[in-house]
Amino acid sequence: MKIESINTKVGDAVTSAREKVIEVRNLVKKFGSFVANDHLNFEVYRGEIFGFLGANGAGKTTAMRILCGLSSPTSGELSVGGFDVYRQAEQIKRNIGYMSQKFSLYEDMTVAENIRFYAGIYGISVKQRKEKERVLLQKLQLEDARDKLIASLPLGWKQKLAFSVALLHDPKIIFLDEPTGGVDPITRRQFWDFIYEAAAEGKTIFVTTHYMDEAEYCDRVSIMVDGRIAALDTPEKLKQQFLSEDMNGVFLKLARGAQNGE
Amino acid sequence: MKRFWGFVKKEFFHIFRDVRTMIILFGIPIAQLMLFGTVITNEIKDAHLAIYDQSKDEVTQEITAKLLSSGYFILDQYLESTEDVEAIFRKGKVKEVLVFEPNFAQTLEKEGKANVQVIADASDPNMGKLLASYTSGIINDYILKEMGELALPMQLEPEVRMFYNEGLRSVYMFVPGIMAMILMLISAMMTSISITREKELGTMEILLVSPLRPVQIILGKVAPYLALSIINALVILLIGHWVFGVPIAGSWVLLMAESILFILMALCLGILISTVSKNQMVAMFISMIALMLPTILLSGFIFPIENMPVPLQIISHLMPPRWFIVILKNVMLKGTGFLYVWKETLILLGMAVVFTAIAVRKFKMRLE
Amino acid sequence: MIRVNNISKSYKDVQALQRISFEVQEGELFGLIGPDGAGKTTLMRILMTLLLPDEGQAAMHGLDVVRDYKEIRQLVGYMPGRFSLYQDLSVEENLAFFATVFGTSIEENYALIKDIYQQIEPFKKRLAGKLSGGMKQKLALSCALIHKPKILVLDEPTTGVDAVSRKEFWDMLKKLQTQGITILVSTPYMDEAGLCDRVALMQKGEILRIDPPEQIVANYTRTLLAARSTEMHRLILDLREWDSIDTAYAFGQFAHVTPKKEGLTAYELERYLKTKNHQQLQVHQIAPGIEDVFMALIVGNEE
Repeated sequence: MKIESINTKVGDAVTSAREKVIEVRNLVKKFGSFVANDHLNFEVYRGEIFGFLGANGAGKTTAMRILCGLSSPTSGELSVGGFDVYRQAEQIKRNIGYMSQKFSLYEDMTVAENIRFYAGIYGISVKQRKEKERVLLQKLQLEDARDKLIASLPLGWKQKLAFSVALLHDPKIIFLDEPTGGVDPITRRQFWDFIYEAAAEGKTIFVTTHYMDEAEYCDRVSIMVDGRIAALDTPEKLKQQFLSEDMNGVFLKLARGAQNGE
Repeated sequence: MKRFWGFVKKEFFHIFRDVRTMIILFGIPIAQLMLFGTVITNEIKDAHLAIYDQSKDEVTQEITAKLLSSGYFILDQYLESTEDVEAIFRKGKVKEVLVFEPNFAQTLEKEGKANVQVIADASDPNMGKLLASYTSGIINDYILKEMGELALPMQLEPEVRMFYNEGLRSVYMFVPGIMAMILMLISAMMTSISITREKELGTMEILLVSPLRPVQIILGKVAPYLALSIINALVILLIGHWVFGVPIAGSWVLLMAESILFILMALCLGILISTVSKNQMVAMFISMIALMLPTILLSGFIFPIENMPVPLQIISHLMPPRWFIVILKNVMLKGTGFLYVWKETLILLGMAVVFTAIAVRKFKMRLE
Repeated sequence: MIRVNNISKSYKDVQALQRISFEVQEGELFGLIGPDGAGKTTLMRILMTLLLPDEGQAAMHGLDVVRDYKEIRQLVGYMPGRFSLYQDLSVEENLAFFATVFGTSIEENYALIKDIYQQIEPFKKRLAGKLSGGMKQKLALSCALIHKPKILVLDEPTTGVDAVSRKEFWDMLKKLQTQGITILVSTPYMDEAGLCDRVALMQKGEILRIDPPEQIVANYTRTLLAARSTEMHRLILDLREWDSIDTAYAFGQFAHVTPKKEGLTAYELERYLKTKNHQQLQVHQIAPGIEDVFMALIVGNEE
């Protein structure tokens, strides 16, 4: 316990000095009379891996869409990457990367064609793209698969490639929506190696997942219940607070009382 | 039986809860009918006509008067020489020139035949053919009525011979065509889409592992669309009859029976499409490209089959709507009975049987 | 109750199942555990008589899956992946439809589904498409149970569903098991393996191991150490760099470390990590979980 307390102090000192890349103040989103997000407050720091958890229908997707500039909030103050969600949605989009389990890459295009396409979208110059493509393929050990169709790659490779492509334009923040569904435990961890690496390079990772052990890989975790953030802290402290051995227990204790069956 | 009704009920839920389906089912048929009906009738109105009358006798003047009073033509001018014909076409305003040979009435009375030349501007071939056919129709009509008492059979020999659309009203022609097209669209496309949707959703897996037999699944899918298509056929006929004044000369019962046969054929075709399509999009494309376009282009609905190149004429024999349109025209416009359309009916029946056989065989009890 | 003997199946150029054999006893809760592409769905579809095997035989309740497909379809309840429900039908209508299709009614078998259905009954007028993942899952299970099947085949019923719903779902399965229903369930979540009586660990069309979960863990003899420090990423990189280490993977807030030679002690590992300047080190030996074993099996299988 003594060690833990030192740990938090160190943590606090570091976080307060760090740059806030996402700031959310009193975010409210209503659909008619239904309140999907009820006064959310949180901030995410540069280089942090931020786990965004919640039961189905707790309002995760809604909040994530708002942060990505895909949907506008009913009220509240939000800034993402230093840009205002209401007025600077375009700049936000340029500074974030997004990857979801469903959205992968174009299956009927080759690896290189996909890279070229996304580089094109973000206006990366040909010279830069060629260099990035080389580094990326080398890192993924996909040099031989350069001209293979995405459809022919195993799911794990697709996910790693999709993640790398989402990083192509050097975004400050990367949103990952259940990125590791359906792969074997080794591939899943290899994917997390990528996430750690990106975080170590100063990228901010905002991730949702249904794997509770993955929640423990995050620096901080927020758990949404019924449109509210019911808990937000490091996995370690959450486990202490809820007297639970693992995050699964924390999650179950919090989400059990949920009202929204949706 | 209870299973079957449960299935049908579920299909109706799907149909009535989807706005798009409802629009395709009921909005589009009516809209298309109105569109074709009005657009086509306007098209033939007030076409500019020039006449080179070398005879200027009673008969030619009567024919001219008859043409101009039909409402389809406006007299642009009388021409004085053959050279004028080309010149006036080049200006583009006049769409048709009528040339009566000298001594028209005399020749007609003496020899029982006389020549009138119908020259149409074929830069819009369809329009040209339509105009020419209207003209010859009106002339023939006149000769039949006015000169009918003559013993000798009268003959006019227009340069262009076009015998479709004897009724003279274009909408008469289009009602059977639209009916064939709409019934094909609804029956084939909607069934194939609704079956492939279950494949996409994964519910087909559950239906397959249930005690339902394939025939029950097929019938359950077909029954609601059969009912709706029959309603549609009736609506089209009623609108055609009451709004556009298309005569229904033959028996309503025969007309509906033939329609049901055609609908059944199209439904089987839809099931067949669903067995080869993986998802709704494929089913839709196949229905659109393999069924809709040929129905419009090759069935004689818009482009007369007689004027098609031979290979296309041969292909048109394979188009079910072609036969259905013949049947409809015969029963609706000519008022003929079953005896005159049994051949076409048989062909449709044969097609329905073949499609059903293939569909039932191809409808798999398993995935893949 | 379920007997699978040397079943193989391939699509075009992919070998989906390679000579799979196993048996499931009456009243057993049997799990097929493995990632996407392991062949779980193909295997279930063969058992559900929806696909024909290339080779081998399989029987459900003594009925051959190829020959007696009609009888099998009567006595098995099936829940395909992605909760196959009619999105434009309400909860009640979905259930009623599947009941009539199987020649029964909701009232007739209400007792069996009561516990599950009661949880979604307040929403029975709601369209299935508007339900949350957990509720869809419950409705799909109710639909699969409506004809009182002897065997229940569930293809990844917990994928994409939150932890609470997953927990509730497994509780329901346990309850059904006590009513004598044999259950075959597949899942990509390793932590759900422990909830089954026996599991088959699958990877790339092969079964790596079949045993009760405790047995699988007990049979694992290699040394396993857990380590943590303030910097997880650097910790793993440092571990992998050391040539005494075979594998190092993140597990929650710890890294699980398999040394190359047996008997590497926690003390030795800690000493090494200290040389790498890791702060607040914690290292100790641990007992493996299913996931550890599975990962070791995958690595072993690929070599």
